[in-house]
Amino acid sequence: MNALDLILWGIAPYLALTVFVLGHVWRYRYDKFGWTTRSSQLYESRLLRVGSPLFHFGILMVLLGHVGGLLVPKSWTEAVGVSEETYHITAVVLGTVAGVCTVGGLAILIYRRRTVGPVFMATTRNDKLMYAMLALTLVLGLSATVAANILGGGYDYRTTISPWFRSIFAFQPEMSLMAAAPLLFQLHALSALALFAIWPFTRLVHMLTAPIGYLTRPYVVYRSRDLGGERGTRPARRGWEPAGPPPR
Amino acid sequence: MTRVMAQLAMVMNLDKCIGCHTCSVTCKQAWTNRSGTEYVWFNNVETRPGQGYPRTYQDQEKWQGGWELNGRGRLRLKAGGRLRKLLSIFANPVMPSIQDYYEPWTYDYDRLFSAPVQDSTPVARPRSLISGAPTKITWSANWDDNLAGAPELAPADPILRRMSDQVKLEFERAFMFYLPRICEHCLNPSCVASCPSGAMYKRSEDGIVLVDQDRCRGWRMCVTGCPYKKVYFNHKTGKAEKCTFCYPRVEVGIPTVCSETCVGRLRYIGLILYDADRVIDAATVPDEKDLFAAQKGVLLDPHDPEVIAAARRDGIPEDWLEAARRSPIHKLIFEYGLALPLHPEFRTMPMVWYIPPLSPVVDALAGTGHDGEEAGNLFGAIDSLRIPVEYLAELFTAGDPEPVRDVLRRLAAMRSYMRRVNLGRAPRESIAAAVGMTGEQIEQMHRLLAIAPYDERYVIPKAHAEQGAQLEELATGCSLDYDGGPGMSGPFGEASGQPRPVAVETFHALKERQESGALVDPADREGRVNLLNWDGKGLPTGLFPRKKEDR
Repeated sequence: MNALDLILWGIAPYLALTVFVLGHVWRYRYDKFGWTTRSSQLYESRLLRVGSPLFHFGILMVLLGHVGGLLVPKSWTEAVGVSEETYHITAVVLGTVAGVCTVGGLAILIYRRRTVGPVFMATTRNDKLMYAMLALTLVLGLSATVAANILGGGYDYRTTISPWFRSIFAFQPEMSLMAAAPLLFQLHALSALALFAIWPFTRLVHMLTAPIGYLTRPYVVYRSRDLGGERGTRPARRGWEPAGPPPR
Repeated sequence: MTRVMAQLAMVMNLDKCIGCHTCSVTCKQAWTNRSGTEYVWFNNVETRPGQGYPRTYQDQEKWQGGWELNGRGRLRLKAGGRLRKLLSIFANPVMPSIQDYYEPWTYDYDRLFSAPVQDSTPVARPRSLISGAPTKITWSANWDDNLAGAPELAPADPILRRMSDQVKLEFERAFMFYLPRICEHCLNPSCVASCPSGAMYKRSEDGIVLVDQDRCRGWRMCVTGCPYKKVYFNHKTGKAEKCTFCYPRVEVGIPTVCSETCVGRLRYIGLILYDADRVIDAATVPDEKDLFAAQKGVLLDPHDPEVIAAARRDGIPEDWLEAARRSPIHKLIFEYGLALPLHPEFRTMPMVWYIPPLSPVVDALAGTGHDGEEAGNLFGAIDSLRIPVEYLAELFTAGDPEPVRDVLRRLAAMRSYMRRVNLGRAPRESIAAAVGMTGEQIEQMHRLLAIAPYDERYVIPKAHAEQGAQLEELATGCSLDYDGGPGMSGPFGEASGQPRPVAVETFHALKERQESGALVDPADREGRVNLLNWDGKGLPTGLFPRKKEDR
């Protein structure tokens, strides 16, 4: 293990995750107004209606797959009687389907973004960087899966990458495990770390406010006029203080 | 057990609307003159028959707005319940596109200056504000104003399509009127119910429906949910925006911009009390034609001692109860029975009400050579002229012509009765009695409708009784009370400490400018000079800090 491995697999993950967490806290406190999907459906909906659900449902499946593959130790699945082969085939099939959906959806969305005039006009530099990082991560992840499992003889990431990933959260990073992983997996992990680092500063923040609470709240929301805390934690800007006597 | 809540409501008297769009323009200047809201009209004026804005918004089979009853007779959102909303969140299947509104544009004004010398006059060509490309203007918020293009466009009017062929054919010749529209601030708002983030809410004090801009995440479900299509998506900020009932204005007791600037003085604003516990039941009545009566049934009589007691118990301040008793809205709905809600069949309990226009009937009558102001003629015409009544009924009573007929007869009686009075003839009580009123009532109604003094049209209680004195811009308070005010400098000089409310600052500056004899150099301010009053001559003391030797 050399210094590069230490930096890539021992230091970079902590940097990226720290930026991810603190970045979201900062963004939530200081830029609630900017916390939005910035939907472009008003401009164009024919392509969006195909591409967006394809991408989003695909990436949700990919997310579930990562949770299953990275967070659940191999010993657990074996304990409930899932053999390595069963797990492997299920993971590869579902993962490939989800990956193809996601990449296909993203391709449609990027095509739409580039070719539909108003949508392209509404695309910021920030968006372009985000799209590049997101596409890179997805393509690397999908190609790593395809290269290792379909073209190659199969790669059991659950004995190398998954323990490394879990060891990060135990604050005992087992860097050598990741250092020995195939290059495509390494590149996928690195680009994912970079994506996490820019995440809080892009429109991807909308993921953290997925409206799950809608399922349980009453339909009509009543709110009183003078709930001071509802304006967020930041003080009112000068000139925008609510009417009424100042606090004494 | 009733749960009393207060609601600010509006009534518009359509007979007086001349379709000048002043309300729309002043509203736009006040609220939506920003980038991203070019196509957003919190207030718009539609010519009926016509397609409305956005095009054919009233057709809920197409746009899926509002509520409907499910198989078990319970309310559900027409565009689908919670789970269906979340599953379609990535691409809302029934959201209007910018083409259903119109593509906003500007003109290449710079060309007028930058064009090289040429034989022909340079022209400022239209350019889309959405794509930036040169564009052809083919639609706008009032493209079919005054029935422009009606032979092609009016047949797409969703109301007209529900009516018989014979009516359709005669329609265009029959009549035309204007329908100004703002957000309805519904009692049962389907936009609020559609918002996945819970960013939209109904204010519990005055019932105004608002979007919390810090909580909106741009899921766009409110746009679909509102059957009146009065929630708009700001395509620059990615947030929903809607009519705010000018809450910063009504909170201090002044009417909305659209009302204040209305040339015809046709808008009325006031408070009504309603029973929040009965709203859902009323919105669930099976027959659409009963919805208008059910909606009236939810509203409470502010003169009823039991209601007053319940309202006090529920924390409604005394001045608000007084305002509810003086409310022109309550008078127009109940005492005079003139105001009708717009599309009660959407089951949202809309709170902007309309007095349907009598003018089309009068015009049709006068066109046949009859005296259009004679009570007997008018009553007969209202009963026999199917077209206007049926059309109005589709708009205001879910197709039930009787309530519309009643309103029109009452308006006709007023016209006829007051003509005799104005011509110096003896008032004829029988005209009033024919519509179940007394002559005195008719004269009061006439005063409210025709003379319409400002403080009778707008009875708006100021927000929060306990803050009332402060919100009155110090008519009763003293500016010295504020930290950092002239008398209460903070520890680090005049500007330190709590910032002074801007309203107070502005109020004093204005008052001083208007009342003070001196032009500049107000001696009562510490080292300050009012630059607005400075004529540029001389050096008023206070413009610069005092020199050391003077101190």
